[in-house]
Amino acid sequence: MSTGTTATVEQNQVSSAGVSLWSDAYRRFKKNKLGVVCFFIICGYVAIALLTWLGLLGADFSVNGPDSYAAPSSSHWFGTDIFGRDVFARGLHGTRIALSIGLATSFIAIPIGVTLGAIAGYFGGLVDDFIVWFYNVVESIPDILKIIALGYAMGRGISTVYISIGLTTWVSLCKLIRTEFMKHKRRDYVQSAMAIGASHKRRMFLHILPNVFHIILVNLSVRFITAIKMEVVLSYLGLGVEPGQPSWGIMIDDAKLEMARGVWWGLTCASIFMFFLILAFTLFNDALREALDPKLRNK
Amino acid sequence: MLAYVARRLLYLIPVIFGVTILTFVLFNVVGGDPVYQKMGKHGSEAEIKILRHELGLDRPLPEQYLFYLKQCVTFNFGRSWATNQNITDMLTAGIGPSMSLSIPAFFITIVLSILLSILIVFFRNGLMDKLLQVFCIAGTCISVLVYVILGQYFFAYKWGMFPISGYDSGWDSRWQFLALPMIIWVAVSIGYEVLLYRSAILEEVFQDYVRTARAKGLTEKVVLLKHVLKNSLTPIITSIMMEVPLLITGALVLEAFFGIPGLGGMIYQAVANSDFPVIKAMTFIGSVLFVLANLASDLLVSLVDPRVEFN
Repeated sequence: MSTGTTATVEQNQVSSAGVSLWSDAYRRFKKNKLGVVCFFIICGYVAIALLTWLGLLGADFSVNGPDSYAAPSSSHWFGTDIFGRDVFARGLHGTRIALSIGLATSFIAIPIGVTLGAIAGYFGGLVDDFIVWFYNVVESIPDILKIIALGYAMGRGISTVYISIGLTTWVSLCKLIRTEFMKHKRRDYVQSAMAIGASHKRRMFLHILPNVFHIILVNLSVRFITAIKMEVVLSYLGLGVEPGQPSWGIMIDDAKLEMARGVWWGLTCASIFMFFLILAFTLFNDALREALDPKLRNK
Repeated sequence: MLAYVARRLLYLIPVIFGVTILTFVLFNVVGGDPVYQKMGKHGSEAEIKILRHELGLDRPLPEQYLFYLKQCVTFNFGRSWATNQNITDMLTAGIGPSMSLSIPAFFITIVLSILLSILIVFFRNGLMDKLLQVFCIAGTCISVLVYVILGQYFFAYKWGMFPISGYDSGWDSRWQFLALPMIIWVAVSIGYEVLLYRSAILEEVFQDYVRTARAKGLTEKVVLLKHVLKNSLTPIITSIMMEVPLLITGALVLEAFFGIPGLGGMIYQAVANSDFPVIKAMTFIGSVLFVLANLASDLLVSLVDPRVEFN
């Protein structure tokens, strides 16, 4: 609104000079040093997750040792837990679980949100009314109660965490996609596609979807933050991953009994791992949003 | 305006109806047989049959749904499986402690966040702004549970400033138990709120009317407090109202951890005991509150912002 007509003209010139949205976004993202650093931090976490998954890193995470609750030392950087297992190795494995929760919930929530949002926004009318009613209903039940209800229905375990968080967090994306599709379906390029005989499906997913893809990308990165935080609360409620698993939520939850005995390392280790991953995602997300938001283009 | 309110109220009916269907499907269809949850592994065939009949689970699903619908409409949710208390009584007993914790904490957070965010915007791009931002972002990267555990450990256990946990229903004596959970509540939410309000206010700072106000020679203080704040109220109110339903359930972790007998603590107990009817009732009540808060938010925003049209 504040950008006057001159800014609009400039903006048009930029896009007509043959710079696509994505290469322009890439160019602007690169300029944001903090965002780039965060991107590499996330890559580091992904590497840790892959290496622990392959058993190349922290392979001794479930090996019981002789010393219960040994203080941090050079052999155990973050000490040991009640069974004498290395806390740092468990923290490393927690990365794998945290990222898998972010990824799996995205695989569930994004297709639901995008498909329903696209159908509602594109077709409008009665279909739209129904989908809006449906997401209003789903949204009305507070997230934590939905997750508890689903967790109750499915029992404890990591797949429950995936499904319950996945099935409860698609609404915000669905709303965004719906509004975008409503805007885009009237644009010239979609009209032209119709004129040359493109089917509804083709227009929705081949023509409009690539133009709203940036919304999905930003949503993906926010989703990891929510999912990782949610896992901790679920562990506290006893609806998270199985107690034996090395998740950060379980480690933090265990600390509620350990702290009074002076055992601070389990909590510290899990919190540090979690802190930097969420921080990286938060700042990366800001950078991504700035790079992809057309409104901020010439600032 | 009145027609708009009436229309919105009417729209609540299909939404709440949908909520009852969804909770019913979750608990009675997907959730498997609650009899095994209640009886454990050792029920005999005959016992299971009797219990199924008592709970009405041997009736066809549509009939069960109508029964549930009747419960929702009359606000009579039967009895808890764990304690055999009347659920409606449990709910009314839990509201007091929950509200005593959440309402003061909620308002302290809002007032502090608005003040801090204005301060940040006033010193924007300076060192103060950068430091506060770093602080707020860092604060949002730590789990609620970590705040709770560390808060209890240091403030209550180590330094003995507050009781470790518990609650007293006396009007004067409850605050010593609620003080620490309140502090933790504020600490957990303030970082996020400040960042949100900051960006809402910053969005207004570059508008033309602000430039005009400055050109008229108004001081920065007047510009921010009188002109900018009023206009950035719309997103702020929306975000505040969205948290109102969480006032009832959002303190779940805090209440459970500090042994406050509110609704959040009740949910925690119900989950721990697989107390099926209590979770079901709370899901319904939580949703109704959410829908009402949502409506209130839209109405408030339309009162504050004359640009909103009633369509």
